[in-house]
Amino acid sequence: MTTSALAGLAILILTLVVTAPLLGRYIYRVYSDEHQSRETKLNKVERRLLTWLGVDPNSEQTWKAYAISLIAFSMVSVLFLYLLQRVQNHLPLNPSHLTSVSPALAINTAISFVTNTNWQNYAGESTMTALTQTIGLAVQNFVSAAVGLSVAVALTRGITRHRSGTIGNFWVDLLRSTTRILIPMSALVAIAMVSQGVIDNLTLTKCISTISGGHQCIPGGLVASQEAIKELGTNGGGYFNANSIHPFENPNYITNFIEIYAILIIPFSLPFAFGKFAGRRREGITIFVVMMLMWATSSLLLLHFETSTNQTSLIKADKIVSISGGKVLPEGQDLRISTPSCAIFAASTTSTSTGAVNCALDSLDPAASGVALFDMMLGEVSPGGVGSGLYGILIFAILAVFVSGLMIGRTPEYLGKKIQGAEMKLITIYLLISPAAIMILSAIAVMVKTSKGAIGNPGPQGLSEIIYSFVSTGNNNGSALGGLSSNTDFYNITQAINMVIGRFGLMIPALALAGALAAKQPVPQGTGTFSTDKPLFASILIATIVLVVGLTYFPVLSLGPIVAHLNLAR
Amino acid sequence: MFRYIKSALNIFVLLTVLTGLIYPAAILFVSQTAFSNRANGSLVSIGNKTVGSSLLAQSFQGDQWFQPRPSAVGYSGTTSGPSNLALSNPALSAQIKKLSETYRRQNSLSPSTAVPADAVTESGSGLDPNISLINAELQAPRVAKARSLNLGVVESLIKNATSSSPSYLFGTKTVNVVILNLDLMKLRVR
Repeated sequence: MTTSALAGLAILILTLVVTAPLLGRYIYRVYSDEHQSRETKLNKVERRLLTWLGVDPNSEQTWKAYAISLIAFSMVSVLFLYLLQRVQNHLPLNPSHLTSVSPALAINTAISFVTNTNWQNYAGESTMTALTQTIGLAVQNFVSAAVGLSVAVALTRGITRHRSGTIGNFWVDLLRSTTRILIPMSALVAIAMVSQGVIDNLTLTKCISTISGGHQCIPGGLVASQEAIKELGTNGGGYFNANSIHPFENPNYITNFIEIYAILIIPFSLPFAFGKFAGRRREGITIFVVMMLMWATSSLLLLHFETSTNQTSLIKADKIVSISGGKVLPEGQDLRISTPSCAIFAASTTSTSTGAVNCALDSLDPAASGVALFDMMLGEVSPGGVGSGLYGILIFAILAVFVSGLMIGRTPEYLGKKIQGAEMKLITIYLLISPAAIMILSAIAVMVKTSKGAIGNPGPQGLSEIIYSFVSTGNNNGSALGGLSSNTDFYNITQAINMVIGRFGLMIPALALAGALAAKQPVPQGTGTFSTDKPLFASILIATIVLVVGLTYFPVLSLGPIVAHLNLAR
Repeated sequence: MFRYIKSALNIFVLLTVLTGLIYPAAILFVSQTAFSNRANGSLVSIGNKTVGSSLLAQSFQGDQWFQPRPSAVGYSGTTSGPSNLALSNPALSAQIKKLSETYRRQNSLSPSTAVPADAVTESGSGLDPNISLINAELQAPRVAKARSLNLGVVESLIKNATSSSPSYLFGTKTVNVVILNLDLMKLRVR
């Protein structure tokens, strides 16, 4: 690990620590009743628009109505995206004459983008037309993130409201998330990106005769506008197959740095918004610190494994001089994107729900890709996806409070709300449903001959590829060990099922929990109240997250990445 | 339920118009107005003929050209991506061995000379326009000889195509092989 890599990490952390609280405060204002009932021009326009579309902007919803609205919206999204892919060959902006996307792949992709997963069983440039990318995939990059934000705000309201039958209005939250947070931020990032060389044009494909007289087709498309929301919405679905390694998606060190920052900033700012909602800043800061410690640890581990381990034997055997002075073979890496940034990018994408890559994860040290796998197994709460990270960690916080309450023999409570049987049932469903789906589907994939044939690398790495694909889709991440050839009916369908369970199987219990907590009368704080804004609670929270995940997944981690790493070290 | 579907459709259409039409159109407008060269792919040309993008590696055949990094997908531009070979995969060791032999032979290096790692590994995008400085320097004598140029001239062109970015922002030092070969070409044109 070099000093410059650590300096880069420190600059990144500093930028986040300074800007996340500011954005958190702004996000609070976007959703707070106090600010939204004001008679500003924007509020008036928004209300008129909603009324015109048949939504009463002042009405509130119960958790059930909120959940049904969310599901109705997601169903419409899946249907539209599916149909768009099926008929894209008849639509404009298709100069390369791409064909209609096959049914299984279209279902997989539609669900993948609607669930904020962005798992891609296709190569963007040779499968999706510019129209499909722009009015289909990029739209879902926005709205799937907005749905995540809405659920996070709904759960926050549930925790902080007293004796309330409602948790907000889904349509209002969805619209505000998109227009007041995601669009303005994406516009800034997109312009910054294009100023550095990310393309944005309607030329589409330009075929030319090269310098030495060869032939090359230079791809085009509306890339910068999509690239910005790809990172900010923790989506990760690349316009091109190479994703953020492609020079047109990530041309230099500035765009590389912006991309890492854009992935992290919204998830890291949400705890501050939560603190404002609760009226207790320190509660938000505690959550932020937990997220930050976990993400920084993962970054350091990845840096360590990727820059100081076992590739020396390969290098020595063939008398290869490494270029960066380290011991790394840049297989699957582009030179302008340094190896340390690849490690931090991988830690950031897998700790959020972003499936982007800026180097090939399958060619990393197996221990490094193992850390990335573990990040996703944590349920993506460090800091997690846009919205999903906050509601995920709040669920863990309530679990931590419950466990501590049992140990000291008091009724557990979080921010004054008693945690009882009904809440714990919902939390248990939330925590178990996705790992169960992941494990069962992985087990089937390993047993079925045809699905095993999709493996790209022999030995334990092959097992890792299968496990990684189901952990990634089950946690709505989208990151992949690219060696797995998973554009088959088996994977398209099983992954689609896994993504639906991983998204709605978690969102519905989270909303139900919001409803249950909103209805409660808070209990007054006493001297015996276990405080949730102290370092002690932060440590218990981290231990809870790591233990729950460790107990669930350790066996499979040891058969995949751990064995592969030890084999390489021999 | 019907009520929910209706609201869902209405809001979906609204959000598609906002994020799928208005937003990308606005970004396209600003990009084409303020950064037209970059938004169109950082194209490079000889005279008024476009010959490539400074961001995308191309295939160069023959000793008179600097060679870009190996690609898992070719340089046609219609596809991109890495090899996805794992470090534990024997196919990767075999490929590195083969690429090292080719590199040594092409550049008349002795079997004991160490070769730069970037010259014998496939890039992530398959279109990496950069090579390392040490890789460029090892190729320079071959190129100079094939073009009957003074080694000093070639080395000054390498220097011209080298750029370094701050390492504390995860930057690196690289040589752009497209710019380098373009400069060689212009030398001859002039």
